[in-house]
Amino acid sequence: MSRLTTRFLGSLLKNPVMTASGTFGYGREYDAYYDPSILGAIISKGLTLHPKEGNPGQRLQETKGGLLNSIGLENPSVAGFLKKEYPEMKAIGTDIGVNLGGNTLAEYIEGAKLLEEAEIAFLELNISCPNVKEGGMAFGVDKKMAALVTKEVKRHTRHKLMVKLSPNVTDIGEMAKVCEAEGADAISLVNTFQGMAVNVNKRKAVFENIYAGLSGPAIKPLALRMVHEVAKAVKIPVVGLGGIMDTEDVLAFLMVGATAVQLGTGHFVNPRLGQEVIEGLLAYCEQEGLHQIEEIRGIV
Amino acid sequence: MVKVVANIPVGPGVFLLKCQEPTVANPGQFYMVRTKLGFPLLSRPLSVFHCDGKETHFLCQVLGEGTKMLESLTEGMDVLLEGPYGEGFPLPKGEKKTIGLLGGGMGAAPLLLLAKRLREERPKDQVEIYLGFQRDQDIGDLFQEAGFQVTVQLGGRITESIPYERFDMLYSCGPEAMMKRIHEHTKSLAYPVYVSLEKHMACGVGACLGCTQKTKSGQKRVCKEGPVFLSKEVFYE
Repeated sequence: MSRLTTRFLGSLLKNPVMTASGTFGYGREYDAYYDPSILGAIISKGLTLHPKEGNPGQRLQETKGGLLNSIGLENPSVAGFLKKEYPEMKAIGTDIGVNLGGNTLAEYIEGAKLLEEAEIAFLELNISCPNVKEGGMAFGVDKKMAALVTKEVKRHTRHKLMVKLSPNVTDIGEMAKVCEAEGADAISLVNTFQGMAVNVNKRKAVFENIYAGLSGPAIKPLALRMVHEVAKAVKIPVVGLGGIMDTEDVLAFLMVGATAVQLGTGHFVNPRLGQEVIEGLLAYCEQEGLHQIEEIRGIV
Repeated sequence: MVKVVANIPVGPGVFLLKCQEPTVANPGQFYMVRTKLGFPLLSRPLSVFHCDGKETHFLCQVLGEGTKMLESLTEGMDVLLEGPYGEGFPLPKGEKKTIGLLGGGMGAAPLLLLAKRLREERPKDQVEIYLGFQRDQDIGDLFQEAGFQVTVQLGGRITESIPYERFDMLYSCGPEAMMKRIHEHTKSLAYPVYVSLEKHMACGVGACLGCTQKTKSGQKRVCKEGPVFLSKEVFYE
């Protein structure tokens, strides 16, 4: 046990620092910078039942303080992942979360079934990807749809189920409650905010999908507010993410009630971010005389 | 974090950023480059123009706020480099060859290091360098100062006046439309044509899938499996 050890869904994470789906590949991409086994958990790229090539055209556009992406869930499918990337992720030596997306309810269920035998810490149900035409966020912005997919996937999996919420809703606390009521074991938030960019020289939208997902420090205050709200609304653990760039940001998310956090766009800016915030959290515990980092959870 | 040794203007909006970075990169590899300020958010991918075990140089054009920040760096200031990333240009093997190097605009940048590496490792090869620019600048002079003969064309399409038939190998870097035209000219010829691609990228390490390129043999990451590909792998449709 270290001061950062975090109880989460029945297991003990090394620390509350996870990597956000789609920003850390399959766990090995940042090997040159630090050993990924020090992380609390690594979450896979969003996987779907069938392989996806992702979106055509430009996929990234930087904004002031943020990053718009329209990747479109490019992935080798759940089966492809189980064959190739999963054994490599398992070998890293820390908890693995698998992010599962889908276009239809049946796809979510079939995907979850294929993952039954996998030894993973949890499934992260992606009902919040703004970059796929069907499904994805459609499940995350409608209470009935969110309830249905949570209930059905929960019924078909032995794994702990964390539902990743979209911030593109009116009442995020209500969405979290609905998922909790249908059996979600944890909530993670926020996925990206839907935004867009215009190329004024070409007089057209930058992205072929027109809309894209905004991440990065620009969204941190918005994400923090939503995590605060959700942590007060539900009893299950909440994992916070959205624009975390340093240790102070991690502490802010923990203080508003997150049990753990996920690092996303921050790794693109600083490839050593994971290691730096883990060291930063330890130093904070030392400096503040905390026995456990959990002592600051929800104090705001 | 390393120090800037010098930052020299070489044309309208074009500058040569010299950094105290001792790592020796392969021709065609790139670094993610940024200042130590938090703005802009992402680093900029810049291919290596020169490296000698003491310094690494980047040839860069101001396109937006990120490159503008890099242009403003002066001697002694800090610059953050992550890399070198990607797979560079594969060097030829076997017997003596005639090799064409064809650069358009800032696509000239990785070709100088390639020319130098060829000179060191394959002195018997005949290397011909062709550079096309839309506006006058000193990039051709930088090649000449390094001891290379270059054919420079200002304006128009340099791809239309290249003696493609005489090469045994061709390396190119430039705008995608230019590399497509090179592919059209060379697709019936038997020798390998390598193109270096540029895409928007965030991470540089293969994690974000922002720079995915469709190829004949599946989806590839420009930052990881690229940026150099065989032209027939990329322009196959």
